[in-house]
Amino acid sequence: MKSITFALVALLFSVNIQAQSLTFTAIPDQDETLLKTRFNKIATYLSERLDIEVKYVPVKSYAAAVTAFRNNQVQLAWFGGLSGVRARLLVPGSMAIAQGYEDQFFQTYFIAHSSTGLESTDQFSDNIKQRTFTFGSKGSTSGRLMPEFHIRKQFNKAPDQLFRRVGFSGDHSRTIALVQSGAYDVGAVNFKVWERELAAGKIDNSKVKVIWKTPTYPDYQWSIRGDVEQHWGEGFVAKVQKALLEMSDPDLLASFPRQSFIKASNDDFQPVEDVARSIGLID
Amino acid sequence: MAVHNAVKPQSYSTAAGMKRTSLWFLLIAALCLLLADLEVIRADPWMELGRIGLGLITPNFFATEALLDALLNTLAFALIGVTIANCVGFLLALLFNKPGVRQFCASIRAVHELFWALLFLQIFGLSTLTGILAIAIPYSGIFAKVYAEILEESDHRPINSLPKQQSLSAFFYARFAIAYPHFRSYCLYRLECGIRSSAILGFIGLPTLGFHLDTAFKQGNYSEAAALLYLFFIVIATLRQWMRLKLLPVYLAAGFYILPQSTLISLEHLKRFLGEDIIPSPLRQSGGDFTEQILALMDWCWQLLYLQAFEGVFNTIVLSIIALVGSGMVALLLFPLVSRHFFSRPGRGLGHALLVVFRSIPELILTFITTLILGPSMLPAILALSLHNGAIIGYLIGQHSNGLQLRADSSRGLNLYSYELLPRIYPQFLAFLLYRWEVIVRETAILGVLGIHTLGFYIDSAFEDLRFDRALFLILITAALNLSIDSLSRWLRSRIHRVNFERVNSC
Repeated sequence: MKSITFALVALLFSVNIQAQSLTFTAIPDQDETLLKTRFNKIATYLSERLDIEVKYVPVKSYAAAVTAFRNNQVQLAWFGGLSGVRARLLVPGSMAIAQGYEDQFFQTYFIAHSSTGLESTDQFSDNIKQRTFTFGSKGSTSGRLMPEFHIRKQFNKAPDQLFRRVGFSGDHSRTIALVQSGAYDVGAVNFKVWERELAAGKIDNSKVKVIWKTPTYPDYQWSIRGDVEQHWGEGFVAKVQKALLEMSDPDLLASFPRQSFIKASNDDFQPVEDVARSIGLID
Repeated sequence: MAVHNAVKPQSYSTAAGMKRTSLWFLLIAALCLLLADLEVIRADPWMELGRIGLGLITPNFFATEALLDALLNTLAFALIGVTIANCVGFLLALLFNKPGVRQFCASIRAVHELFWALLFLQIFGLSTLTGILAIAIPYSGIFAKVYAEILEESDHRPINSLPKQQSLSAFFYARFAIAYPHFRSYCLYRLECGIRSSAILGFIGLPTLGFHLDTAFKQGNYSEAAALLYLFFIVIATLRQWMRLKLLPVYLAAGFYILPQSTLISLEHLKRFLGEDIIPSPLRQSGGDFTEQILALMDWCWQLLYLQAFEGVFNTIVLSIIALVGSGMVALLLFPLVSRHFFSRPGRGLGHALLVVFRSIPELILTFITTLILGPSMLPAILALSLHNGAIIGYLIGQHSNGLQLRADSSRGLNLYSYELLPRIYPQFLAFLLYRWEVIVRETAILGVLGIHTLGFYIDSAFEDLRFDRALFLILITAALNLSIDSLSRWLRSRIHRVNFERVNSC
């Protein structure tokens, strides 16, 4: 009996509170600390520019961000390349509206422990065969999708067949820690995270170094649901886009971290979608 | 005297039974060791371990935003989830001998809390309801099983002596009253597990301690991570001080008040989830005739079975059996630390602290540390699972041993351990261990970081790829695996245990 009462109370507490405010999220990929503090500032900025209430909800994973977007729990999201493609496929009418300046030419660095003797090369070295290898998170563009694509392209083999062991560290910082400690021979990491940790003195170059850089590809972007205009009126998407593009306060931009935002469209991410299809991450 | 004599021959036979069971497990585990991948990779972890060590001695309680909220949310999810599960589980326990109930319970508890949460995330979003259900559902299955077993094992003579055995008052006075102390202590233990689960739900985004712990640990902010871990240890270590039955309504009310109240209950999402998301993808594609679709479906099933499920089941079994035997060894080593027969009160305090640490560190973090040291293979996972589960079983049998009375002239030290306590706690030890098996199976789910392809690894990948049809298919296989383990361990227990009960009666 008690349990039924509790279930009812739980339901009562969860009545449908349809948010009248614009809610956004940002996938935590490069820096997950103090998310609320950092992104509430973005919410305040957008709120001032759009003249409506804007809220931020923190998420932990790519899949959760996509689900929140799909369920209209958030209407605007800062996605990675792959998560953005997935989200827009699930929400017809949604569109990519802005990306970071750096996101036009994003890169993945392959890094190796010094004991492997691997050196930095222009071509992907054959010597990585039969090593142990770690990706980042399973749903990451820079930590999974692009490295896997280049591995398959170069060697015509799935990572499982090429390497002695393949792991998923779950996070770029952990990839660096695992390769630096020698637990894995080789890893693939988001170049922005590598550069940040290098600057922070967390990387010992005598233990781990970059052995190959992928060609550039488009990555992070802001995507918005198409149906926002039904709610906030025609031209709302353009208004949001303008607000994002005109964000110039270095303190705000540091949250992403990007030097500025530029226009983006769904077509810019066609290469990401094609790659994801080619390696079977999207049906 | 007559009773004693009657029991004796049988207790001989079960001592042999226990020995046989244990030896079989050791043998099978040894066989699994041959099949398992145990490569040690020479690594150089000292830089990272140094940073972790530095973090542990310089905890920073002010680095986390909204720390108090996270702590309170953790407790609120756990209290509400466990309370609901306790009630539902109790009702299910009463129906446990009805056909299908046992299987139903085994199936719902086969799925890791994180996966329940990921399923509900699709319907209710990142909301309070998702968190509560993710704890309440698997825990109901666990409560049902344990409560049913407690009822089954408790003394049946009072009820048998009553003229009307079917009445409600007969049940409450002659059965419930006897089992109540066991319910109570189990419920407290389950609440401790609930707090752990609640914290871990933060890993996928619910606003609990795990949310920040995961971040801090992943990003190498070890001072912040240490502070969060210490906070977590303190909450668990002091559980018996602040948890009072009388205060439960107050805690629950506070819990409902604290938790964020913005669930989006949408029939549309539910319909989409049941009607589209979990339908195997070949059936979703329109066009093509019926036979083609069936062929495509068979291909889909075969691909999943052949490429993921077979390997997943194999690795899950191998890893879980080795970790099970490892846990048993750790437990037998550690339990004297909290036993009054070996240590005085201050010594036991330290022992308790050590066990709280081992059983409270989330396996994922323990695995990350063991991986740094040993490199990626099954070895760090075995170590992490053995330490974690060994500490839990060690604690339970330590408590059990404290209830045993010794003769005034009993031996001391190693002799006491080997010739008196070990034989006396062994039936209970085996029972706990067998029960822990399915828990270990559930926990192997989250070891993808090592690239060990357990069933859980593939389920996690399916969720990450938003392929809920595959996730559900693999979850069903996990449930089937758990059903087999449940019947196997029940069969093993019935061999050992029949007599444990009679021995209790004869005392």
